[in-house]
Amino acid sequence: MISPAFSGTNLTCLRGERLVFVGLEFSLETGGALLLAGPNGSGKSSLLRLMTLLLKPFCGDLFWRGETVTNDPDGHRARLRYIGHLDGIKPVLTAQESLSFWAALDGMPDPRHRAESALERVGLERLALVPGRYLSAGQKRRLNLARLLLAPAPLWLLDEPTNGLDVAATALLEDELAAHRAAGGMVVASTHTKLALDEVVTLRLDDFTPEYAQEEA
Amino acid sequence: MTRFVQLVGRDLRLALRQGSDATAAVMFFVLCVVLFPFGVGPEPNILARIAAGVIWVAALLASLLSLERLFQNDFEDGTLELMALGGLPLELVVLAKTVAHWLVTGLPLLVAAPVLAVLLNMSHDGFGVLLATLLVGTPSLSLIGGIGSALTLGARRGGVLISLLILPLYIPVLIFGAGAIDATLNGLSPRPHLLILAALLAAALPLAPLASAAALRLALE
Repeated sequence: MISPAFSGTNLTCLRGERLVFVGLEFSLETGGALLLAGPNGSGKSSLLRLMTLLLKPFCGDLFWRGETVTNDPDGHRARLRYIGHLDGIKPVLTAQESLSFWAALDGMPDPRHRAESALERVGLERLALVPGRYLSAGQKRRLNLARLLLAPAPLWLLDEPTNGLDVAATALLEDELAAHRAAGGMVVASTHTKLALDEVVTLRLDDFTPEYAQEEA
Repeated sequence: MTRFVQLVGRDLRLALRQGSDATAAVMFFVLCVVLFPFGVGPEPNILARIAAGVIWVAALLASLLSLERLFQNDFEDGTLELMALGGLPLELVVLAKTVAHWLVTGLPLLVAAPVLAVLLNMSHDGFGVLLATLLVGTPSLSLIGGIGSALTLGARRGGVLISLLILPLYIPVLIFGAGAIDATLNGLSPRPHLLILAALLAAALPLAPLASAAALRLALE
């Protein structure tokens, strides 16, 4: 049997003294997409942070092509791109400076040129020299999505990527996601709005909420 | 290595464009020292006697004042999260941020210190040693303070907590920093004091980033 590209078994997340989810399983094939659904507080963001290794699971394991990711955390971090709730945009740095910095920090050659072409792809080329404090919420979101396009990475982890995006930008994101998957990339995304993705597997996180927590709710 | 330099460069650029944090530390340092002649009286001999200690205590407090913000901004806007996921090990991220922080807040103290020494009627013989102690001592302060700053991330009223955690660890630097100047002014060699200051820096340089990075990982969970 061939093991799936990216999978998790028996994942349990404990935040403070509250169990968020118990015994969660997922698996993702090359080119696959996993959509995380569930009410607020069901652990969508926590699961994404578990996948980035920022958060340690209370128990359970993550596997990349059959290997436990904790064996090689640096290698795992290098293959993922994470977009969280916070945008990490400095008010005094321009869009182009922010983006080149992220490219340079990941050790990509020619960060400035990469930043310019990524800005162009998300439609922000005219705002390249505008400081972060003048960007709208949607433009900040676009700038973060541009981080995905700096260099290819096999795994995209997106926490509510459509927040603040207008219809055109959402369509753009859908196109980029499709292109990414066609090239063999994987996507895990949480969203409350509609995100058109082909052959998507939906994971309902409230299925894994421990029973006593459901009673409380 | 280029990534490290990039990170230092970004922090310097941020500090220069925002401005306030950098100038606040050196302004505090100057004002703090200037208050002493008003408090203890303008007797030149007394001022000369306490000059070394006053300048060092003020430098220490000025360093503490600015350290609270070392990781705070990056933590709040999610930058730190992305840095933890980036290619550079978190220990080196901490070191780069500390270097930038020292260049912005520690180095101006060295510029201001001789002027303040004149103000306090310190003997000219002590100036060289004063600068030497600050040059070797203040990086240790930034490094050790970084641990406190990382540990108190996310805590309300973090500033008070940092003082409680970090000031005891600052005491050796203070003792040998002021001690070196006093030794010179009394005609003794400042060498042993300076060597111990250098030893403190040599220990803090590899150990403090390890501790800070561990604290940051906890804060990011």
